[in-house]
Amino acid sequence: MKLRLKIWRQKNAKAKGAFALYELDGVSPDMSFLEMLDSLNKKLIVEGKDPVAFDHDCREGICGSCGMFINGYPHGPVPGLTTCHLSMRYFKDGDKIVIEPWRAKPFPVIKDLIVDRSAFDKIQIAGGFISVTAGAASEANSILVRKKNSDEAFDSAICIGCGACVAACKNASAMLFVSAKISQYALLPQGRPEAKERVRAMIAEMDRQGFGTCSNTGACEAQCPKKIKLTNIARLNREYYKAY
Amino acid sequence: MINLNAKIPEGPLEEKWTRYKSATKLVNPANKNKIDIIIIGTGLSGAGAASSLGELGYNVKVFCYQDSPRRAHSVAAQGGINAAKNYKNDGDNIYRLFYDMIKGGDFRAREANVYRIAEVSNQVIDHYTALGVPFAREYGGTLDTRSFGGVQVSRTFYSKGQTGQQCLLGAYSSLNRQIKAGKVTMFPRRDMLDIVVIDGKARGIIARNLITGEIERHSAHAVVLATGGYGTVYYLSTLAVNSNASAAWKAHKKGAAFANPSFVQIHPTSIPQLNEFQSKLTLMSESLRNDGRIWVPKNKGDKRPANDIPEEDRDYYLERRYPTFGNLVPRDVASRAAKERCDAGYGVGKTGLAVNLDFRDAIKKQGKKSIEDKYGNLFEMYKDITGIDSYEEPMQIYPAGHYTMGGLWVDYELMTTVPGLYAIGESNFSDHGANRLGASSLMQAAGDGYFILPVTINNYLSGEIRTPRIATTGPEFEEAEKSARERLDKFLSIKGKQTASGFHKRLGKIMWDYCGMRRNEEGLKKALALVTELKKEFWSDLLVPGEGTELNQELEKAGRVADFLELARLMITDALNRKESCGAHFREESQTEDGEAKRIDAEYSYVAAWEYNGEDEPILNKEPLKFEFVELKERSYK
Repeated sequence: MKLRLKIWRQKNAKAKGAFALYELDGVSPDMSFLEMLDSLNKKLIVEGKDPVAFDHDCREGICGSCGMFINGYPHGPVPGLTTCHLSMRYFKDGDKIVIEPWRAKPFPVIKDLIVDRSAFDKIQIAGGFISVTAGAASEANSILVRKKNSDEAFDSAICIGCGACVAACKNASAMLFVSAKISQYALLPQGRPEAKERVRAMIAEMDRQGFGTCSNTGACEAQCPKKIKLTNIARLNREYYKAY
Repeated sequence: MINLNAKIPEGPLEEKWTRYKSATKLVNPANKNKIDIIIIGTGLSGAGAASSLGELGYNVKVFCYQDSPRRAHSVAAQGGINAAKNYKNDGDNIYRLFYDMIKGGDFRAREANVYRIAEVSNQVIDHYTALGVPFAREYGGTLDTRSFGGVQVSRTFYSKGQTGQQCLLGAYSSLNRQIKAGKVTMFPRRDMLDIVVIDGKARGIIARNLITGEIERHSAHAVVLATGGYGTVYYLSTLAVNSNASAAWKAHKKGAAFANPSFVQIHPTSIPQLNEFQSKLTLMSESLRNDGRIWVPKNKGDKRPANDIPEEDRDYYLERRYPTFGNLVPRDVASRAAKERCDAGYGVGKTGLAVNLDFRDAIKKQGKKSIEDKYGNLFEMYKDITGIDSYEEPMQIYPAGHYTMGGLWVDYELMTTVPGLYAIGESNFSDHGANRLGASSLMQAAGDGYFILPVTINNYLSGEIRTPRIATTGPEFEEAEKSARERLDKFLSIKGKQTASGFHKRLGKIMWDYCGMRRNEEGLKKALALVTELKKEFWSDLLVPGEGTELNQELEKAGRVADFLELARLMITDALNRKESCGAHFREESQTEDGEAKRIDAEYSYVAAWEYNGEDEPILNKEPLKFEFVELKERSYK
């Protein structure tokens, strides 16, 4: 099929960006969205133009590297998929596709579709861990965890840190991201001893990085490729109140 | 010739590690904070080592090419992580885990190393659990396990189909704790361009900042490579598309021997190639083989839809050939059998390069709900990619390059042949022999990083406590930076007509066809000529747009492909040298009457540790494999 692509191009963090238009022919419905961009890049390089820069790595939906706004949706219009897993089957011949980087102040653009998500790492560094030194752990089965809690902790822990929740939020809030980690540890006995310090530190860092506040619109949950639930945010709020 | 002293401690197998730990030198806590260590890579082994060494008090600098350490490719491991806990009371113990790995590796791994990794496996599970890794649990609150290919006990701990992700995020969290404590400094978005060796010791690296293009010098008292495997040499593989061999290859060129480079595991169950722009092959977890039955039509070229082919026209070839293990034979055996059927013209799908993985009988027997509970996320993923509903019709699968058992040669202390340079996790060769069993790679990476390297590295560093911080101004750093810059300039100046990916794709095809699942002398020789030709073409017709002083993904790719072109030659040379079949290395000249791999212990019971020799033929060094505690047997799964 033949597509018209409208893509945000920005040479570097300081440059002023602009949309550019491209026509791309020979797109197969078997391609992934990123493979479609690969084929565009091959064409651009051979034409002597600068290829479109985008983050990507595992291409199987788990590393969290990729992510872009596709026709106004983070990771595109199909729920529950990362950009790398979005198949071109969902598009048709003649479609116009608008592709933009994550738009959020705490995620400044580095180049084209690549943004700087180090603010996420900083939040995790502030408190996203259980303080146990290698060698100090007790026998694994000496810690019993209710299966329901363990399963719920897992459902929160599967966040891939892609940033779609922030990009989807009109306030650029990182509450879903932070709440996923807080929930995972809050639900496990291993996480309880440091629960208060953790939630205070992570929330403080989240604010310091310039993420907005949550106003309960739920766009984050709707756009999360891993279907992380809003109930995590409720748990985060409870944990936060309990910490003071 | 290189001196390959493996430094294996004396004594009975089960006492070696304890004896080593009791006798090895230690570094005084007050001296540790005067010592710097560089680690490349933040997967299970790298992040584990970084946090452990930080906890011990060393100053650690960690580098990765991704934007965050949480994205290292350990994240993609699906099935699980082994440990000899014997929670199922099914007769498991450390010796059995050790023996399964030795046998699974077709008797081409070092006994002492394998026993040690089995020994620390239990500590790894304890540690991850304490870190809050949500492993699957039983209703009573204890940890659950499942069984995996190639073994008869249930020792695999798991978090649904995302065990690697959960373990990696656990490792990332302990890394973060040390970053907060100021003991670890993180350098993301960096490519390592070279190792700096001073007076014969590894003393630092040259790195490129992938955002600014700046070339940086970093020094340390020791350098640790935790850079994973080189399966992307095939272009299409189950690895992340940016996974690469460059750090390991640079280490090799600076004197580190490369061991058994031809030992590559081809995973039997990946989604087949669908289009010519395909950039990777997505793995479908091996656990699917617990319930799925693998078959092809009995009649050549039978183009009927799978569901229209009656039972009598189906060939369940694994069940037919291996009645004992059936669909659960080890990966190498399953992969070769699939290729054999497809090459003989019985393959299915658009290209004929696929076999059916059918859940019809399992659904009939256990109900759809039960299959959905076990594999729901995998079925969903398969549908996302192919559009096919596998509850209704069989999945189509085909083998794909997956894991490299070969890697940098290391001794018992995980040190390469360059003093002060270590290799851990998949980047070394030591524990999986000629074939890796499922759920052993997370175990090995974590064991190396958390519990082995932090002990063994002290022995070397205890001799470095009087060495002041290494200056980055010496001639060795100067020279390494200069040659790294020249190489980048060269890529940019060729201004040919073909992209780096184009070359990579062509290299992948050559390696897949001639140095993949089946190899023979004629094909390997042909591959050697083709790779040499391709390398020449690369250096004269490469096209890299843009500049070196900016974010330039094409320039990054060019460096990786250039290294793959050199590594490919070594892989082929190794495959040519080893005229036996063992594990994943199948030489057609060495097979039994019924087409199974035939080892030749009298001639090839050694580790092939290759020494770099410039453009000339690499030099072969042999580390004989002595089996003192197990008896060499034919590896049968019939």
